[in-house]
Amino acid sequence: MESVLSRYRNLIVLVGVLFAQVLGLALQVKRTSDSESSTRLIRIWAVGAVTPVEKLLLWMENSTGGVWHNYLYLRGVRAENRALKQEIDRIRLEEATMTQDAAQAHRLQELLSFKQQFIADTTVAQVIGTTGSEMSRSVYIDKGSNHGIKRDMAVLTKDGIVGKVLYVYPATSLVLRIDDQTSGVGAILDKERLQGILRGTPAGEIVLDKVMGDETVPVGEQVLTSGGDGVFPKGLPVGKVTKVMQGGELLYIQVRPSASLGRLEEVLVITKMDERQTQTDQAGAGRAADILAQRLPSVPVKPENAGDAAGKNITAPDGASPSAPTPIGAASESKKKIEAAGVSPTASVPASNSSKPGVSTPLVRKAVVSSGAASKSPDSPAGAASDGIVKKPVPKPANSTQVPKPQPVAEGTPQ
Amino acid sequence: MAITYTSGEQVEVYRFNIPATILIPLVAVFLQAWLPRRFPFFTIFDLPLLVTIGFATARRSPLAGLFTGGLIGILQDTLTHQPIGLYGIAKTVVGFAASSLGIKIDVENAGARFLLTIVFYVLHEVAYFVIARGLVGLHMTWSWTHEFGSGAANAVLGVLVYGLLDRMKQRT
Repeated sequence: MESVLSRYRNLIVLVGVLFAQVLGLALQVKRTSDSESSTRLIRIWAVGAVTPVEKLLLWMENSTGGVWHNYLYLRGVRAENRALKQEIDRIRLEEATMTQDAAQAHRLQELLSFKQQFIADTTVAQVIGTTGSEMSRSVYIDKGSNHGIKRDMAVLTKDGIVGKVLYVYPATSLVLRIDDQTSGVGAILDKERLQGILRGTPAGEIVLDKVMGDETVPVGEQVLTSGGDGVFPKGLPVGKVTKVMQGGELLYIQVRPSASLGRLEEVLVITKMDERQTQTDQAGAGRAADILAQRLPSVPVKPENAGDAAGKNITAPDGASPSAPTPIGAASESKKKIEAAGVSPTASVPASNSSKPGVSTPLVRKAVVSSGAASKSPDSPAGAASDGIVKKPVPKPANSTQVPKPQPVAEGTPQ
Repeated sequence: MAITYTSGEQVEVYRFNIPATILIPLVAVFLQAWLPRRFPFFTIFDLPLLVTIGFATARRSPLAGLFTGGLIGILQDTLTHQPIGLYGIAKTVVGFAASSLGIKIDVENAGARFLLTIVFYVLHEVAYFVIARGLVGLHMTWSWTHEFGSGAANAVLGVLVYGLLDRMKQRT
């Protein structure tokens, strides 16, 4: 027996070591929900041994590189500066036009009580090292729990998203890149508005999964975060579609990431996100419906003197001044109704055959987008019709001398 | 270039001093984590594996080989986000196999080292693939072209690394 043991000693030890490692591996896999906690100590030791040296080398690299780039190697800086100034001018122009659209979108979101996630706080971090493995596409950053970094925080660059914080150590963190096969990001196609899950493959590619095969996805389509994963805010750039293939019931959509994942140097960690309702500048901006009304064709505004008489101003059926913006739904609908009744928009509106002569009852259809605005009207009716049509009596000015004459009654007008 | 069969009495057994035994694996693991930041293509290399093979073939002790490989692999695992033991098991197997083969085969010349590195690299990848797919449940794809290409690249680097290790080994 003893001779057998000594003869196969090496093999027995090998089997024993392998068995112990397999057992440890199985225990970690079983605790999938919190597999890090069981191995946290050994990871802290290893990371604590490696990352200080990486930080030191990075500091030396930055110091020497800073002297070279900031004081010695200045070739082309003047031309680059000029190009950047031109770029700033161009961006300012773009910004001016986009601000208008953004403000309008925010107002519409507010009207719909739209809650959105905002990036409230971020931390700049530097990539100090990698895992060095093709099977673990992750990087280490020089910020950890001491700097407010927590697990599952989103990491991005100016070009697009990078990944999320997976493990947090006191002075460093491990960031799981989006091209790792264990990562998953909720994504949406910019124009097609198709949602899917962005995953990495073992080969290091990124694919958009869970898009049905009967959909059409053009190559070059921009992919954005959908916000559905609870990690990344909605609308951050992810990449562009580079290849679309039919793969049974689902499409195989390959995506090229916007951020250069292989050459990361500085990244931004989103340390705080606020979820709040969109706020708008009430003082400076009007209602969204008003802006829409201004942009779309509506009933022309009558001159001041023409609208003096009561009941004449059809463009402002709710008694507002002619210069005030008219809700698009109200203006166009009332115009339709009146035209259908054979009355010119510019003609005077007589009193209907209601009990009060001289008080017109034009019809106003409540626009969906202007529901909030309509409720602000002090003389809004208590009960709206089920089809959204409400009656609004227009008070007759004192100087009105209009003699009412019989007119066809518009549809929906109470008899 | 020839791989010659050598009897146990003919092969020379070497040892490394303690600082080299500790520092060389640490430096290998560190460089493996550090260099891909600047040179992303470096992830196709496996410097800790080359050190494992280098130590194992020089010492020619299966026990020393498997323990060295296991420890280097576990250290490499701790830097990844995968469960600890994937590289540990793969490098344990390679360390044992390389030292066992080192007893029987003369691996002192560059040609033999080149071929053996390719063989051990593929063995390492097979072990990793089996464990990762079978036990951990990772989605793995196997490509012989990729594995042999990476094996050849590692073999070229390995010949250089073994040359450096030769300078540090001591005759017992």
